[in-house]
Amino acid sequence: MNFTQSIVEALESLNANKLRSGLTILGIVIGVAAVVAMLGVGQGAQNTITNSISGIGSNLLFIFPGNMTEEVRNVQPLTINDVNALQDTLEAPSIAAVAPSISGSVTVTFGREKVTTTVEGITPDYALVRNYIVTEGEFINSEQQLGKASVALLGPDVAEKLFGRTDGIVGETVRIEGQPFRVTGILESKGGGSFGSQDNIVMVPITTAQARLIQRNRDRVDVIYISATSADAVNQASEEVAQILRNRHRTAIGADDFTIFSQQDFVSTAKTITGVFTIFLGGVAAISLLVGGIGIMNIMLVSVTERTREIGLRKALGARKKDILIQFLTESSLLSLFGGIIGIIFGWLIAFVIGKIAAANNTPFTPTIGIDAILLATIFSTAVGLFFGIYPANRAANLEPVEALRYE
Amino acid sequence: MADCVIQTIDLTKVYTMGIVEVHALCGVSFCINRGEVVSIMGPSGSGKSTLMNLLGCLDHPTSGEYILDGESVASMNDDQLAGIRNRKVGFVFQSFNLLPRASALANVELPLRYSGEKTNRLERARKALDSVGLSDRINHKPTELSGGQQQRVAIARALINDPAILMADEPTGNLDSKSGKEIMDLILSLNKESGTTIIVVTHDPNIAAQTQRVIRLIDGKLEQPE
Repeated sequence: MNFTQSIVEALESLNANKLRSGLTILGIVIGVAAVVAMLGVGQGAQNTITNSISGIGSNLLFIFPGNMTEEVRNVQPLTINDVNALQDTLEAPSIAAVAPSISGSVTVTFGREKVTTTVEGITPDYALVRNYIVTEGEFINSEQQLGKASVALLGPDVAEKLFGRTDGIVGETVRIEGQPFRVTGILESKGGGSFGSQDNIVMVPITTAQARLIQRNRDRVDVIYISATSADAVNQASEEVAQILRNRHRTAIGADDFTIFSQQDFVSTAKTITGVFTIFLGGVAAISLLVGGIGIMNIMLVSVTERTREIGLRKALGARKKDILIQFLTESSLLSLFGGIIGIIFGWLIAFVIGKIAAANNTPFTPTIGIDAILLATIFSTAVGLFFGIYPANRAANLEPVEALRYE
Repeated sequence: MADCVIQTIDLTKVYTMGIVEVHALCGVSFCINRGEVVSIMGPSGSGKSTLMNLLGCLDHPTSGEYILDGESVASMNDDQLAGIRNRKVGFVFQSFNLLPRASALANVELPLRYSGEKTNRLERARKALDSVGLSDRINHKPTELSGGQQQRVAIARALINDPAILMADEPTGNLDSKSGKEIMDLILSLNKESGTTIIVVTHDPNIAAQTQRVIRLIDGKLEQPE
């Protein structure tokens, strides 16, 4: 028996029992579709997250108080004085700009309109470091910062909610936590990111925020953003920051009480998280593939029993064990291969629909179904068919011709 | 000794059922000449089916020697036996045993598939069907054929590889007397025209009377040792 013949015979036999073959395939279809969809969505999520992190800027360093990997006692907060020290260009030649930030949740009102949003206390350098642009008005300047001026920049989402528009707002007065602030600028839209909308934000001078909106002890800041002089200088800048802060916090020996993240660190962390997420989902999906495989084994066993006489006859006519084995293995592999192909199409559709739903919910991301996922699904499903076909096929091949012919 | 196509020496088959040993065949020795038409008769339980299974290479003897067409098959393994069945034995069963979903042509072609025949398979199958008078039915499924026609397809299938022996197990058992007679005539004409050795297993004395020699089995032994 050659290869083409066995496939044709297997197709005929599967075709003779359409409903049963279809139901058996269904198990594999669901399994493969789940695997493909989950891998696609996972990969898409990973791409979106890493892209949006990469979009932050490659020169950027983040400094947070506390150590995220080791336990440190008496963690000292980051303060304005730390910020000033980091701005010393002699001590830290690789640092281009330093921008501290504190943030909190506030309610902003204009007339009857009311919106809950994030307020960020910032310095003029923030625009440079975080790459913010105003579409109208101007960014916060040093006089406003020194004078603790009651001025605010509105994110486009906030402007839209309060005023119903994003232009012609400069000069209006809004109330933040009941206190009047003059709007001096509207921020350019940054679009939705993976961390929620970056447009739903209000910015005020950090001094104003400390004095009036956010209670913080001793000039503490939440985060310090550092811009290195170039992408190549990021490691150098990170080293300088660490040196200065260790000196200031007197933690030269032992663990640091601050953490420096580069954009690269974020990307790799995000990749790890989404990778685990993808493996988890893929694993759940693989279980359904396993169940589908058991379904195939079940049906093949029934089929062997039903066709005992046929097997006996084939053996009487000269079929060797190998011939019978191949016949049944071909059937089970074809079942799972078809299931795999249909499953890939379904999985792609599911991923596509999930992408559409995500887009409709303002978190656009594109599910990515790579050739590797398709190959994996095809190979895996055929392997499932082969594996679960081995036992029934072997049983068929080992039937005694005399017994099989006598079987009623 | 004449040209023996089948020679058995002390052929014995013992089935073990639990702890009980059943001696289905106890040392059967005989010879069937090439071109002979022989019937095997005996009451049920006489070892008739066992003998047929052994002669048809469907089963291994417990002891003894069996030489089929010059080859000693008693000690062959399963796959070698499959090859022997394919090339040297043609089977005709009481219940036809055709593949129900395959056409007459495909049914006749089936042994050729297992013999690794690459070319001319369909051509040979067509000729075989022609020789049993079914050239106008080659694309019919077994369900679309009468019992007699189905048995003709089975005979065509048995002859396709030009076997040394044709084993017919109650070939007319499932047929009415008219088509039964036709089938018997066909089988006997095969012997006359192409000299095929034919072994018919039956308990119908009328069928046995049409053969040249009758081998009778009782309790696993030959009734009249030659």
